[in-house]
Amino acid sequence: MLAYVVRRLGYGCFVVLGVLFFLFALFFLVTTPDDIAQRALGEKAMPQVVERWKENHGYNRPLWPGPGHTTDNLLVDHFQKMLTFEFGNSDADGVPIRQRISEGALPSLLLTVPMFVIGITLGIGISLFVAFFRETYIDRLGVFVSVLTMSIPLLLYIIGGQFLLGKMLRWFPVSGFDLHPGVLARFLALPILVGVLSSLGSDVRFFRTVFIEEIFKDYVRTARAKGAGEMRVMTGHVLRNAMIPVVTNVVMAIPFLFTGSLLLEAGFGIPGLGSLTVEAIQANDFSTLRAMVFLGSLLFIFGQILTDIAYTWVDPRIRLE
Amino acid sequence: MSALFSAGPVREALISDLIVVLVLALFLAAGWAARRNEIWREALVGVLRRRRYSVLVLSLYVFVALLDSVLWVGGAHSVTSTGADKVALQEARSPLDRAFADSSEKSYSAPLSRVEFYDVSALARPGSHVFGTNVLGQDVLYLTIKGARVALLIGGLTSLIAIPLALFFGILAGYFGGRIDDVVFFVMSTLVSMPGILLLIALIMALGQSTFSVCVALGVTSWVGFCRLARGETMKLRELDFVAAARSLGVKDRVILVRHILPNLMHLVVITFVLMFSGLVLSEATLAWLGIGVNGSWGQMIAQAKDELSRDPIVWWNVVAAGAALFVLLLAVNRVGDALRDVFDPRTRGEKL
Repeated sequence: MLAYVVRRLGYGCFVVLGVLFFLFALFFLVTTPDDIAQRALGEKAMPQVVERWKENHGYNRPLWPGPGHTTDNLLVDHFQKMLTFEFGNSDADGVPIRQRISEGALPSLLLTVPMFVIGITLGIGISLFVAFFRETYIDRLGVFVSVLTMSIPLLLYIIGGQFLLGKMLRWFPVSGFDLHPGVLARFLALPILVGVLSSLGSDVRFFRTVFIEEIFKDYVRTARAKGAGEMRVMTGHVLRNAMIPVVTNVVMAIPFLFTGSLLLEAGFGIPGLGSLTVEAIQANDFSTLRAMVFLGSLLFIFGQILTDIAYTWVDPRIRLE
Repeated sequence: MSALFSAGPVREALISDLIVVLVLALFLAAGWAARRNEIWREALVGVLRRRRYSVLVLSLYVFVALLDSVLWVGGAHSVTSTGADKVALQEARSPLDRAFADSSEKSYSAPLSRVEFYDVSALARPGSHVFGTNVLGQDVLYLTIKGARVALLIGGLTSLIAIPLALFFGILAGYFGGRIDDVVFFVMSTLVSMPGILLLIALIMALGQSTFSVCVALGVTSWVGFCRLARGETMKLRELDFVAAARSLGVKDRVILVRHILPNLMHLVVITFVLMFSGLVLSEATLAWLGIGVNGSWGQMIAQAKDELSRDPIVWWNVVAAGAALFVLLLAVNRVGDALRDVFDPRTRGEKL
C-alpha cells in the first residue's frame, strides 16, 4: 500500500514536470514574450516600449539555459517560480500572484463546498429513488428531465436565476459578496442553488446507470430471496456496492473545490479564484493564468491519488500494489 | 506561429464549405455502413424509430446550416451610397443572407413591433421581425438561424480534429503496449491533469482568437477521453481469438489494426461523436461568456443578455431566441446519443423502449 502510494506520487511528479513543460511551450514558445508584451500594450506599441515592458516583467532574459546564463533564463525561472509556489507578480498590475490566490481561496471554498455537499446528496438520493422505480414512468420521466436539464447551458441557468429569483421575485440579491456572516448566506444562496441545479441532471443520470447495473446482479436477488425489504436492498446492498464508481466521481471533484467555478463566480461577482482567472483572461495576464493552470493540475494529480486510496476504503477486495 | 491560426479569407471560405463536405460524408458513411453490416442497419433503424422527433429536429438544424454554408458572390444587394455597403456588395453571401437582405433597423425593437424599442420612431420594416432586432438593429431571427452553422461547425470541426487523433494514438498504445503505451499514457495524464476549461482558455489565449483556434483548442482538450476509451477497448480486442487467429496466420500488424481492430471500435466513434458534440457546443457557450468564443455563436448572443436583462424595460428576445435554439439542439443531440448508446449496447440491444 505504502509502496504503491510512493510510486504513484513519483509518477505524479513526472506529470507535474510534464505540465510545467507544456505550459512553458505554450506561453514562452508558441506565444513568445514579444507576443505577450504586444497583447498587453497593443499592436502599435513602439519597440522601445515593448523592450521596457519586457524588462519590467522579467521577460527580457534568454529562453533556454546557455553559457553565461545557466540559471538566469526563462525556463529555469518558470520552473523555479511554480515549484516554490511563489508564482511571481501579475503581468497586469504587478501584485504578487500568491497573495491573490490566498485571498481568493476562501470565497471559492465558501461557494463550492456547500454546492458540492448538497449536489452529491441530492444526486445520490434522487437517483436511488429513480432506480427504485426503474422501468416505470417515474424512471422514464426522471431520465428525461435529467437530459432536459443537462441540455441547458450554465449561462442560461445563471441569467435565468438572476432574472427570475433575483430581479422579479426579489428572493435573493442578484449578485455581490460580503464576508460578514449575517449577509454571507444571502449572497451565496442563489449561486449555490444555480450550481446544484445545473449539475444535478448529469449526476442523476450517471448514478442511476450505476445503480441499475448493480440491481440486476445475483447478490441482490439473494438479498431479496432471504427476505430483505426493498428499502434495505437499495441502501444496504446496492448503494454500498455501487460506491466504487460513485466515489471516483466524488473524490475526483474535491480538489477542484479550491479552483472555484469560473462562470458562477464571474456571474455572481464572487471574488474567488474563478473570478481571478476571468480577470486574468480579460487583462491578458499570462502569469496569473499560468499559475492557475499549474495549481489546477497539481490538485487534479493529488485527487487521483486520493481516489485510488479511497477505493481500498470502499472496496476491501481492491489491494493496491 | 500565431499567424497560422488567425482568420484569413481563405481559411474562412474553407471552413464554410467544410460543413457541406462533413454532412455529405456522414450521410454516405451511414448509408454504406447500413448496407454492409447488419448490426449497423439495426442500430440506424433503431435510433430512427426511437427518436423520430429528435432526428427530425437535427435534420432541420443541418438543413439550415447547409443553407447558410453555400456562399456565392453577386446578386442584387440594396446599395445605399455609403462606403460600407459597397464593400458588402463584394462579399459572398448564402441563400440565408439573401433571404434576410435589408432586414436591419437602427437599434432594438421588440418582436413584431412596428416601432423602435427605446425611442418611438417607426421601423424601416414594421412588424416583420419575428424575434425583434438586437442592439445593432440586426434581425434576431436571422442571427439565430445563422447560429446553427456556427454550432455545427464547432462540434463538427472539433470532432474532426479530436476523434482521428484519439483513435490513432489509442489504437497504437492499446495494440503495441510497451514504450508507445507509456508515452501516450504520459501525454494523456499530462493533458487530462490540467483543468479542462483553464487549458482551453490558455490555448486560445496562446493561439489567438479565431474560429479555427477555438476548434483546435477544444480538440486538444477533448481527445483524451476518447483516446483512453479506444486504448482500453483495443487492449481487450487484442486478446480475443479472432485477432490471435489473424496473427498466427501471419497477417501484418498494420492489416490487423485496419481490418480487425478499427471496425470493432467504430460504434464507439459514433457514440462519442454524438455525446462529445453537445459538450463542445456547451463549452463554446462558456467561452463566449468569457469573451473568447466564436463569432456569431448562440453563446455570444446569450452572453450579451447579461447587460440586456438589466436594462429597463428589459430586452429579452435575444437571449430567449438563442437560448431556445441552443437548448433544442442539445436536447435532440443528447436524446439521439442516449438512444445510440442503447442500440449498440449488447445488454440493452433489441429491447423495445
